[in-house]
Amino acid sequence: MMRHLKILEYALSSLLRRKYRNISLIAVYALTIGILASVLFLTYSLKLEATRILVDAPDIIIQKISAGRHDLIPAIYAEKIRDIPGVGSAEPRYWGYYYDPLSHSNYTLIGIDTDLPGLSLLEGRMPSGAAECAIGAGVGQARIAGTGDTLTLLNSRDTGVEFSVTGTFRSESNILTNDLVVMTKKELLRFFDLPARRSTDIAVTVHNPDEIATIAGKIKQAYPDTRPITKSEIIRTYDAVFNWRSGMMLTIFASALIAFCILAWDKATGISAEEKHEIGILKAIGWDTADILELKFWEGIVISLTSFLLGLLAAFIHVFYLKATILSPVIKGWSVLFPEFRLTPYIDIYQIFVLAFLTIIPYVASTIIPSWKTAITDPENVMRS
Amino acid sequence: MIKHKFFLGFTFIEILVLSAMFLFSQMTVTARNKGEVPAKRELVKHLKLTDLSLWTEARYTRHPSQADIFTAFQDFPSSLEHFPAGSIIGPESITMSTTINPGRP
Amino acid sequence: MDSLIWTENATKIYNPRKPDEIRALEDASLNIEKGEVVVLKGPSGSGKTTLLSLIGCMGRPTSGRIVIDGKDVAKLTERFLTLIRRRTFGFIFQQFNLIRNVSVLENVLLPLYPIEMSFADMRGRGEKILGDLGIRDRMLTKVNKLSGGEQQRVAIARALINGPEIIIADEPTAHLDRKLSTDLLRILKDLNIAGKTIVIATHDPFVYDHPFIKRIVEMRDGRIQDIKLT
Repeated sequence: MMRHLKILEYALSSLLRRKYRNISLIAVYALTIGILASVLFLTYSLKLEATRILVDAPDIIIQKISAGRHDLIPAIYAEKIRDIPGVGSAEPRYWGYYYDPLSHSNYTLIGIDTDLPGLSLLEGRMPSGAAECAIGAGVGQARIAGTGDTLTLLNSRDTGVEFSVTGTFRSESNILTNDLVVMTKKELLRFFDLPARRSTDIAVTVHNPDEIATIAGKIKQAYPDTRPITKSEIIRTYDAVFNWRSGMMLTIFASALIAFCILAWDKATGISAEEKHEIGILKAIGWDTADILELKFWEGIVISLTSFLLGLLAAFIHVFYLKATILSPVIKGWSVLFPEFRLTPYIDIYQIFVLAFLTIIPYVASTIIPSWKTAITDPENVMRS
Repeated sequence: MIKHKFFLGFTFIEILVLSAMFLFSQMTVTARNKGEVPAKRELVKHLKLTDLSLWTEARYTRHPSQADIFTAFQDFPSSLEHFPAGSIIGPESITMSTTINPGRP
Repeated sequence: MDSLIWTENATKIYNPRKPDEIRALEDASLNIEKGEVVVLKGPSGSGKTTLLSLIGCMGRPTSGRIVIDGKDVAKLTERFLTLIRRRTFGFIFQQFNLIRNVSVLENVLLPLYPIEMSFADMRGRGEKILGDLGIRDRMLTKVNKLSGGEQQRVAIARALINGPEIIIADEPTAHLDRKLSTDLLRILKDLNIAGKTIVIATHDPFVYDHPFIKRIVEMRDGRIQDIKLT
């Protein structure tokens, strides 16, 4: 045990001899690991958040497709769908998008029934009459409006409609409600001038969850011009959206991995003459091959383990305490309204172990392997060269 | 000759802090699962929501679960992705079909 | 006196069967007894450093035998060779071969790192040896800040830290002035009086003409030419 601690001591001395270089190395390495870990934490947290809260989404959404595009669906479809055995309910959904020229942002407008119960994440009350709405925190911020204020939106005839804000969704619900403007169904139909007896789509509930796919199939058979979207597909979408193997996340991840490989390659391509000479001296004075390799092992571990732990710590603080302030502009894209991340710290231990494996092992290997040949050579040959 | 003590001590502290953060995160998860998650689920249920309000750039980025595989190309069959968020949302796997073919054995 | 070091037809060929093959040592047979002081004398390229390295278990002969204290080292694994090197030999190199930017104490203690010994014991031993050689007050100084004479003493301290039986010195006076050379030879003589066997490779007459040298092995072109008692 003493022997190992002493070799560790010498390894630390050796690293401190090039203090500034090694500190810079740790800083850069930790930063790379921090970015990688941030991406992993963020995507995993969002994925789990999505899958946990969207579990109460409608069992099936029925869209009408015309010429390959989403079209309004006749209300009569809902009446017929209700008659299919196994169907609990089939309610038309009324919703649409609104571009706000004042804030240059897009809102999602939803029309609801007036007998909707109050919601715990709503401050105020749901709209119940004409010219009333409840808004998400993002809308409120963009238009500097809160409960009790008015919100003017331009309807389909380009006429301003003044809504009285009856409620604002709490910031904890931003991930769901940030861009929402909720009004009564009648109000929405009037606002968008939607034709009577047509809705955006139909939300279907099913008695037995195991029959969702079967019933979706029956609906498709009954109405070939529709496209059923089941709840499992909704949840799977978010599984895939936050997969770090896609899009921008992949780019960040790949860049970081390439940086690692360059670092490891640089180390692995050989040791300096000075290092070789030092190994020769150590061998001559009584260090054997195993001691030399242990020395290199410790040198590698000190740098990579320290960087890994610091990077992980930084990523944790960045994502869950600083609300991913560095990554969120990257993820935000061109969205004007983007919810502030208030992520639940779901952590996947498996991902952390994989990250540790990918970052520590290659670095240690690239420290040991170049020294291997010199370590197994007789000291006489090393001293001569 | 105490460098090894410093290193081991520092590493131990780092692991301790990480463990504490992890434990704290578990407590937060449990608390939110009790409080916030049911409230959000209630929102989803009553408003019949299907998507998170993340990317409001375009329809298919705001409601990715409702968009079909052609939506991103609705402007033109070979149009390129021009919304940054679109590059975050990976393409659907071919096993995730958005059409159902009844009548197949 | 009993035989401590014995070589029989020791041969060393570098890069055998290649265009740049070097026959550095051929058929060297030598017998060194315990407590002797032997000089390997010869010009550059005579094979004296090669013979010294083989005796010091720094490498293995291409053919022939090298027996140290009854053990044929040519047959030993690297691990045992290292063990013998660590326990039996203390090396004083031509260029000192101290680790730059490392303190005196740390350089001296280097041979003790890979053995099971506490930090406190290790440090105690190092401080004592440095005290015996008169450089204890410089123990925390980096070696590259020392004078030639001080570095020489650090090299000697490192060679002695494991309490070796045999001291191997390769051209120890090559970079020293006359005064430092005198100091060095005095230290080596004291070590011999204390019972150590000393083998020196040199072409410096100041060394091989010194009265404490018992035997001179003359070498040329990789072969032992003559062995003389002084």
